[in-house]
Amino acid sequence: MTDYKFSEQIKRLSIALIIIGAIGIAFGFYSAPSNVDEAKAIVASMSHGDSHGGDSHGGDSHGGDSHGGDSHGGDSHGGDSHGVKDHADKSEVGHEYDHDKHVFNQLHNKPWAAIYVPALFFMMISLGVLAFYAIQRASQAGWSIVLYRIMEGITSYLLPGCIFVIIILVFSALKFNHLFIWMDPEVVAHDEIIRNKVGYLNTPFFFARAIVYITGWVLYRNISRRLSLEQDNNNDISIHKKLFRFSAGFLVFFLISESMMSWDWIMSIDPHWFSTLFGWYVFAGMFVSGITTIALITIYLKSLNYLSFVNDSHIHDLAKFMFGVSVFWAYLWFSQFMLIWYSNIPEEVTYFITRIEDYNFLFFGMVVLNLIFPLIVLMNSDFKKTNFIVILTGIVIIIGHYLDVYNMIMPSAVGDMWSFGPGEIGGFLFFLGIFIYVVFKEISKAPILVKGDPFLEESKTFQYYNLD
Amino acid sequence: MSLKRLHVLFDDDDILLDAVKEIVKSKIYIHEVYTPFPVHGLDKAMKLKPTNISIATFIYGCIGFTFSILMMNYIMIVDWPQDIGGKPSFSYIENMPSFVPIMFELTVFFAAHLMVITFYLRSKLWPFKEAENPDPSTTDDKFLIDMDSGSNLSKTKSMLKKMGAISIKEVNA
Repeated sequence: MTDYKFSEQIKRLSIALIIIGAIGIAFGFYSAPSNVDEAKAIVASMSHGDSHGGDSHGGDSHGGDSHGGDSHGGDSHGGDSHGVKDHADKSEVGHEYDHDKHVFNQLHNKPWAAIYVPALFFMMISLGVLAFYAIQRASQAGWSIVLYRIMEGITSYLLPGCIFVIIILVFSALKFNHLFIWMDPEVVAHDEIIRNKVGYLNTPFFFARAIVYITGWVLYRNISRRLSLEQDNNNDISIHKKLFRFSAGFLVFFLISESMMSWDWIMSIDPHWFSTLFGWYVFAGMFVSGITTIALITIYLKSLNYLSFVNDSHIHDLAKFMFGVSVFWAYLWFSQFMLIWYSNIPEEVTYFITRIEDYNFLFFGMVVLNLIFPLIVLMNSDFKKTNFIVILTGIVIIIGHYLDVYNMIMPSAVGDMWSFGPGEIGGFLFFLGIFIYVVFKEISKAPILVKGDPFLEESKTFQYYNLD
Repeated sequence: MSLKRLHVLFDDDDILLDAVKEIVKSKIYIHEVYTPFPVHGLDKAMKLKPTNISIATFIYGCIGFTFSILMMNYIMIVDWPQDIGGKPSFSYIENMPSFVPIMFELTVFFAAHLMVITFYLRSKLWPFKEAENPDPSTTDDKFLIDMDSGSNLSKTKSMLKKMGAISIKEVNA
């Protein structure tokens, strides 16, 4: 067993991803319009080539969609949170100008949303792994000890990831973009629903909360990492007990702060809409992408012979988690969707109408990637220990959950003006590069196997009875 | 020489598992092992064929899934269409989300019940059946191996004693 050394290959790969990603992001910002006239020109050029570039306010053929031809027909851009502002302006200025300004805001938001989606996504992978790690510690699990250093490596991205998210939020508060319309006093003045929420949704309190969440998460991450390293040279059981206590306490803090984080950073993009299980839904998504990332990195390092102590049973367990949490995610996704779809209340259902009309393929395609594919492929017990299949499913799940976050942010930020251009792909590659660099750097900093944990032997000899 | 069968009692599952491995290695046929709870790895030690019940269950689940679709299509679309919550039910696919809970429940219902019934049939269990269990203490805290005596009875017996058997009973085959 040798300890992992940060390889030149990974370094070059991550730097290349960062550079390509940065070029893509820069191109995204460069091609965004800086005034209303430019936006009009872009829309005019799009409507020739691209089918979804056109204007869906025109009440086009989406009407017969599965929401059952109801009274919302006139409201088909209502899922878009700028709707109310436009409405307020309508009495003063002509509809034409109003519409162009609306499209300008959407196109102007686009490069920002394109980096906000991957920034959130990779931060949440790291946060999901931190929750998984805390659960292993708090439940004193026996099987997963050999994977602790990989989890600690992934959680090292938490601080940089949170900083990226906060930077984008600060730019939003400074009016560089229009992602969070409740940050705009002019919008709030014309909007009674947001005005009633100002006690919670106001910029100073928003950032105060963000700082509390991030401090709590990063504090636990650093304390558990320090104790884990301390335990390497010290067989004292008191460290184990301390880790148990910190992890149990962290989980209480996490469940509350994660839920509030999802309201603040994701749900408040649609300040009119709310869903009571949104926090759980976001949690299930980050949990399954986090576990998948652990499996992918474990199999990668195992293929380089760094993890001789990780056997098929460990991979099998990770794949069981991927399977189970994928189903759990789908359960929450469907619970949220079905209740809102069925009750058909205008304020709620607009959220899904935008997604079904403007994002139909992505919205339902994501469910295929995140539920149907893992359900069918990982159902077989033998497949769960086959590294190739776990990698394949893992990549599908990661892409699927990126699209899930995309579906949470984009419809409210850019409406029907979405695309997968250089901005979106560049944003993903940029944060992927930083993620890979930070994670593998951190894994190389400590011995790849923890020592001193009382359950270490159990984990090394872990054998699922049904595997040969 | 008349063929004898041995009923060997053990009081620990780990000792039992080692004994079974030893007996299989010395090529003596084991008819059955009676245990008060499932012992992990016993099926492998006895060299039993892996069960196919998971495949059967998957098929039962698929049957339940199909049945639920046909049933809801007949009840809600074909036979008596209604307008519920502004969603007139003239098309299965457009009303599908409201049927998903039923599809899920019937899939689970079919898979679970048919699996248990298959298991009973396969284990030759039905109501009022006489117990085949030779010793009631295996329903409490003892483990029993029902095995052939082998060619050399006394040698088999001493081997079993050495492995930790608490009692050995000879029965006529």
